[in-house]
Amino acid sequence: MLTYVLERIFGLIPVLLGVSVLVFTLTWLAPGDPVVALVGESAQGISREALEDLRRSYGLDRPLPVQYWDYLSGALRGDLGRSVRSGLPVAQEIGMRFPATLRLTLAGMAVAVTLGISLGLLAAVYRRTVIDYVAVVLALIGVSVPVFWSGLILMIIFALELGWLPASGSGSWQHLVMPAFAIGFASSAFIARITRSSMIEILRNDYVRTARAKGVVSWRVNVRHAFRNALLPVVTVVGLQFGSLLGGAVLTETVFAYPGVGRMLVDAIRARDLPLIQGTVLFVSVVFVLINLVVDVSYAALNPKIRYE
Amino acid sequence: MNSFRSLKHLWRHPVSRRFRRNYAALVGLIIVLILVGTAVFAPQLTSIPPAEQNLRERLQPPSLEHPFGTDEFGRSILSRVIYGTRISLLTGLAPVALSLLLGTFIGLVAGFFGGRLDGVLMRLMDVLLAFPSLLLALAVVGALGPGLTNAILAIAIVNIPQYARIVRSVVLGTREEDYVQAARSLGAAAPRIILRHVFPSTIGPLTVQATLGIGFAILAMSGLSFLGLGVQPPTADWGEMLARGRRFLPDATWLLIFPGAAISLTVLGFNLLGDGLRDALDPHE
Repeated sequence: MLTYVLERIFGLIPVLLGVSVLVFTLTWLAPGDPVVALVGESAQGISREALEDLRRSYGLDRPLPVQYWDYLSGALRGDLGRSVRSGLPVAQEIGMRFPATLRLTLAGMAVAVTLGISLGLLAAVYRRTVIDYVAVVLALIGVSVPVFWSGLILMIIFALELGWLPASGSGSWQHLVMPAFAIGFASSAFIARITRSSMIEILRNDYVRTARAKGVVSWRVNVRHAFRNALLPVVTVVGLQFGSLLGGAVLTETVFAYPGVGRMLVDAIRARDLPLIQGTVLFVSVVFVLINLVVDVSYAALNPKIRYE
Repeated sequence: MNSFRSLKHLWRHPVSRRFRRNYAALVGLIIVLILVGTAVFAPQLTSIPPAEQNLRERLQPPSLEHPFGTDEFGRSILSRVIYGTRISLLTGLAPVALSLLLGTFIGLVAGFFGGRLDGVLMRLMDVLLAFPSLLLALAVVGALGPGLTNAILAIAIVNIPQYARIVRSVVLGTREEDYVQAARSLGAAAPRIILRHVFPSTIGPLTVQATLGIGFAILAMSGLSFLGLGVQPPTADWGEMLARGRRFLPDATWLLIFPGAAISLTVLGFNLLGDGLRDALDPHE
């Protein structure tokens, strides 16, 4: 098991390096002078000498590999540069906003897993009945409806019409309910699909038939014999869904004026605050990669077959 | 006569038979056909141009005259939803076409030549997959700047790895097949083998992925437009309409309901069609 974990961690190093190279390249992808991109609008209209001074002070006059090395070693020490707009260190800005996004993502994951597994299980156990069709249709709606629209509809119903929940902001669990449902619903659809097909597969197995033949009560067969094994493939989807939840967070945070990194990123893009964009994208992607590592390792812990392959 | 025969052949093919028996897939096909029809015949479907302002009829709720209501400039929401089909299909097709082209090329080269080139290309794809997809699209738009073209490019880049991986795995499967080996021993050049013998096997899985990809691209694009980073006003676009309509809550809910329903229905259509094609092309699943 330890060998497997170490192998996975070492396998991540080239991927994470690639991610950092790509994020670093964003400066050079931006049209125009990178100095202007890094310093923002204030660089426009200043003298050529001042611009050259700025270029030197940012180290942009040095060869690209040297600049990348600086960026990487800075990032490893937690230095992601300074935001053009606020002048604050990017790491500090992320540190202030990320906990809110993490709370939202985890709450969304809780909704997705609960809803997805229940729907998938019901659909599989009551296959080809009304329950199955309703679950399948719900899952289809889940993958087709944009999260920002379902967020807006929830807001109209539960905040503006019924007045049960606050329409925007953060601070209490009530603020989390609607955004978490909006992003969780979309992901629950994928989880429901996998749970359903994996459960149907398992229910065909001989040991399930044996258990039934022995006279084990039906729900006990479904839960103890089948469900536990059907959960395995679900675990892998859960990891991947974190990515879409983090993406969905960007949209729902904007809908509900929720102060997380997603909204900060959108504001940064509008303000062309490149260091803040780079830092946020790098940080969230690294978190995503690490979450997937944890999911893979727990998958291996649950399924001995993987470890020996 | 010949084309009639080939049509008959297509109709009787087991794949199209399986597809026709799948009601969900047929519903998807009908939705997609209606959308294409709406996009093509938009001027015939509504007499009101989508950009026509009528300030005396601002923010009117749905009525006989304006079935979907009007926005803050008195523009007809129905007309904007109808014309929005055009930009929506464009933003679905353009990124998919781009990532399909690049992804297929990368997958063919990586799978056929193997070795170090394969290693490098696939690690590059792993890096792209390491980002949450919407986040990578936002990063690209953040660097290039907001706008329709840049948003299309961003969504295309994000999806290259999916096509590259599919093509590569099919190529790896066919590379050792007898007919490919035979072509090779007869001295056929690599590009010819790839195009004539290897590429055709990728068409099925690619069609499925591309159909589902259109749905995803429309969803992602409407998200970018909703954030103000994709399609820019005054173009009639569903995501942009939602971003604008949001400001008139809680009163003008019709500004949100119709464009959002249009996005959902469009994505649903492509998802149903894609799933149906997969089931028809791969009966084992």
